[in-house]
Amino acid sequence: MKKILSILLVLSLITVAVFANGGSDKAAADDGQYKMVLLVKSLGNGFFEACDDGAQQAVAELGNMEVVYMGPSQSTAEGQIEIIETLIAQKVDAIAISANDRDALIPVTKKAMAAGIKVISWDSGINIGGRIIDLAPSNAEFIGRQQYQLIAELTGNKGQIGILSATSQATNQNEWIKWMYEEAKKPEYADMEIVEVVYGDDASDKSYREAVGLFSKYPDLAGIISPTTIGVLAGAKAIEDEGLQGKVQLTGLGLPSEMQHYIEDGTCVQMALWNPVDLGYTATYICEALITGKITGAEGEMIPAGRMGEIPVGADGSAVMGAPFVFNKSNVAKFAAIF
Amino acid sequence: MKTNLNMKKRLESRESVLIGLILLFMAVMTITMPRFIHPSNLANILKDSSILIIVSLGQFLVILTGGIDLSVGSNIAFSGMAASLINQNNPELSPWIILVIGMAIGLGLGMINGSLVAFGKVPAIIATLGTMSVFRGFTFVISKGQWVTAHEMTDPFMNLPHGNFLGVPNLIWFAIFVVAAFFYFMRYTRSGREIYSIGGNKSAAVLVGVSEKKVQFLIFSISGLVSGMAGVLWAARYAAAVNEMATGFELQTVAACVLGGVSVAGGSGSVAGVLLGALFMGLLNNSMTMIRNMAFFQMLLQGLIVISAMTFNVVMERRQDKMLLNRRLA
Repeated sequence: MKKILSILLVLSLITVAVFANGGSDKAAADDGQYKMVLLVKSLGNGFFEACDDGAQQAVAELGNMEVVYMGPSQSTAEGQIEIIETLIAQKVDAIAISANDRDALIPVTKKAMAAGIKVISWDSGINIGGRIIDLAPSNAEFIGRQQYQLIAELTGNKGQIGILSATSQATNQNEWIKWMYEEAKKPEYADMEIVEVVYGDDASDKSYREAVGLFSKYPDLAGIISPTTIGVLAGAKAIEDEGLQGKVQLTGLGLPSEMQHYIEDGTCVQMALWNPVDLGYTATYICEALITGKITGAEGEMIPAGRMGEIPVGADGSAVMGAPFVFNKSNVAKFAAIF
Repeated sequence: MKTNLNMKKRLESRESVLIGLILLFMAVMTITMPRFIHPSNLANILKDSSILIIVSLGQFLVILTGGIDLSVGSNIAFSGMAASLINQNNPELSPWIILVIGMAIGLGLGMINGSLVAFGKVPAIIATLGTMSVFRGFTFVISKGQWVTAHEMTDPFMNLPHGNFLGVPNLIWFAIFVVAAFFYFMRYTRSGREIYSIGGNKSAAVLVGVSEKKVQFLIFSISGLVSGMAGVLWAARYAAAVNEMATGFELQTVAACVLGGVSVAGGSGSVAGVLLGALFMGLLNNSMTMIRNMAFFQMLLQGLIVISAMTFNVVMERRQDKMLLNRRLA
C-alpha cells in the first residue's frame, strides 16, 4: 500500500512539473513579450528608480517588451555578477547594465552574449567586448566641463575649488574629474584652481567629514564640486552646519527631489543631471532594437529611440544620449516631483 | 582582596595608556597642522565621535559576554529611516517623541537578536549576521527604496542633534548622557555586575544564580536601544535617511571596543575604556581628512595606526602583568 501511494505521489509530482513547465513555455511564446532586465548598481537609489520609470514608459509605447528592475543591495561587482549568472540560466532576452566595475563584469557578460542575450551598458559603462552598445547619459567631456563652468559662474571665475567625489575607483567620477581639470586650463579660469580631490565613498558620514575637512584645510575655499548624489547632499549639509552659505559655493550632480531644500535656500545655487527617466527609456529602446534585429550595434547605425529621436552608434558601440540639464531655483520644484 | 586591587590597577593603567596615546596623537597632529587644535575642530571631533560612542557602549556589553552584535549598523539604518518617515508624515510630532519611538524600534530589533541568542541558542555572530541583512532589507521595504532628505524633514527634527544647550551641541549631550547611564549601570547595578560575571566565568556565575538567558536578552536589547537612538540622531544629523546609511559601522564599534581594552574573549573592559577607544577612532577619522592630498593613503594609514595602538596597548599590559607577577613572587 505504502509503495503504491509513493509511486502515485511521484507520478503526480512529475505530471505537475511537466505541465507547469509546458505552461510557462507556452505563455512566453503566446504573448511574444521580450524579457529585458534593467540591472542597476544598487537598489534603493532614487536615480535608478527614475530610470525604471523611463523604461516602463518605453514598455508602454513599444508593446512587445517587458522590463524587470533588478540590482544588488550594495553596489558591488560581485553582486551584479551573481544576478547576471541567474539571468543567463533564466534565458532573458536582454540585460541593460549600469556597471559597478568597468572590467570585472566582462567574463560573465561575454557568457551571457554567447547564450544569445543582448547585453548593453548604460550610465556606468562596461569596457569594449563586454557589451554590444554602451549608452552614455551624456559624454564625460561635456559633464566635466559643465561642472567646472557651473562652479565658475558661482564663484565669479576665481578662488580655490575642492572636488568631493564618490570612491577613488569610481569609473564615472574619475572620467568627469579628468575633464574638469581640462576645462580648468582655459585662460578665463586663470584665477581659479582645483586644490584637491577628496573621496566620500558615497557614504553620508564620510562625505560630510571630507567636506568639513576641505573647509579647514583650505580656509579660503571658494567652492566645491561634488559629482555624486550622496556627496552633494552631504556637502550641502556641511556648508549649512558650518554657516558657510555664500562663502563656499556648491555645485554637482544631484537629484532634484533630494536637493530641493538646498537649492531653494541658496546653499547650492545650481547643479546638473541628465534626465534619468530618459536614460531608462532610451536603454529600453536600444534593447528592443537589438532583440528584433533592427540594429546590430555596428558603427554608423541609427537607433530609433522614440521621443529621443535617432541616436547614432559611434565607434566601438558607444552611443551618447544628450547633454546634462541644469537645475536651479526656478525649476527644481517641478522636477522634484518627478525624480 | 589583593587580586581585586591589582585588577583595578590594571584596568586603570590600560585607560591611562590610551589617554597617553590620544594626547600623543593630538600633539603630533597639532605640530604638523596647527589648525587641528582649533576649538571648532575639536568640537567637530567630539560631534563625529558621539554616535560612535553611543553605539560602541551597546556593543561593549555584548562583547563583554563573549558575543558580538553585527546588526548595529542595520539597526541604525532601520530606526533612522523609520524615524525620518514618521517625521515626514507627521511634521507636527515633537522630535523628542520621534526619538523615543526610534529608540523603541531599536529596542524591538535588539530584542529579536536577544531572543534568537538567549532562547533560540543561536550563536551571537550567526544570529546578528542574519538580522544584519534582515534589518537592512526591511529598511529598503519601509522606504520603498527612496531617501528622506532635508526638505522632507522638519527643522525641529534636524535640530535634535544640531541644536545647542549651554553652548554644547546636543549631539555631545546625548553622548554624555549615555556614557553616564552606562557608567552607573555597569558599576552600581546588579544587572551590570551580572554581565561582567557571565563574561568572566560563565559556569561560576550560573552556579551562584545568575541567569545567562536573562543577561543575553538584556545586552542585545540594550545594544538595540542605543542603536535606535543613534539611528534617529544619524538621520537628523546628516539631514538624510539613506538606505545604505551606517553600512560597515558595526566594525567601527568593535574596533572602538577592542582599542578601549575590551577583551573579545569576554569578561573584561570598562565604560571609560570604550569611551576612549571611540574617541580615538573619531580622532583618527577626523585627522585623516585634515591632511592635504591624503586620499589614497587614508585607509592604509588608518589601519596601521589602529594596529600600532593595539600592539602598544597589549605590550604595555603584558609588561604590567610581568611586573605584578614579579612583585607577587618577591
